[in-house]
Amino acid sequence: MPVIHKSYHVTKNDFIHAGEASIHVKNLLKSLNYDSDLVRRVAICGYEAEMNLVMHGGDGELSVDVSQSKVVIEVTDKGPGIADVELAMQEGYSTAKDEYREMGFGAGMGLPNIKKNSDEMTISSEPGSGTHVTMVFFCKG
Amino acid sequence: MKVKELAEKFDLKVVAGHRGLDRDVKGGYSGDLLSEIMGNAGLGCVWLTVQGHQNIVAVAVLREMAAIVITGGGSPSPETIDKADSENIPLLTYKGSAFELAGRIFPEFP
Repeated sequence: MPVIHKSYHVTKNDFIHAGEASIHVKNLLKSLNYDSDLVRRVAICGYEAEMNLVMHGGDGELSVDVSQSKVVIEVTDKGPGIADVELAMQEGYSTAKDEYREMGFGAGMGLPNIKKNSDEMTISSEPGSGTHVTMVFFCKG
Repeated sequence: MKVKELAEKFDLKVVAGHRGLDRDVKGGYSGDLLSEIMGNAGLGCVWLTVQGHQNIVAVAVLREMAAIVITGGGSPSPETIDKADSENIPLLTYKGSAFELAGRIFPEFP
């Protein structure tokens, strides 16, 4: 099976289209008959990453590479970056605005959810230069 | 139990997503923090929440939920209704609290 590559632009503060990239990725994997647990994990991580772009990242790209052995999601943004990545990875830590918290976001669970539901996760960020997150999901068997 | 049967039995008003009323309800989940819902809600569940904004629909689609119930007398925004209709996610409302509705629904899913 050749690698399928898809890329989606995610716009800051665009709550109208938020989640659509993740829904496309999920539907793609389902149409290719990927294992339901893998689809579930990709959906969770894709959504969390997408919402991070909408709320924090500034404009960014969410891309996915789908192959027989693994699914790789890469998320890159031009946002303010993360000063302390270790702190941001802690459950409950959040810098979200109050208006986002009132919507049920900003509980400090996004990055920990990605860590928990992906097989490999790498995050690199520096203040002023944006953030890059890579998530890998290995297929069973 | 189908979503439409749940709606009839528990006085839930269907406000959008009518084409999804034949979905099977396999359980329930209650909460208002979207990341917590994304991580823990079961497939095919009916989700009880006070959130009425449009982003609840994406969560329901991604978790393959049966339906969303907005509790506490709240109502969805027009954008939420449009999105639920386009994704065929039944969107219901309930005047009482999530606690009360969860207690009534719970015995249906032993």
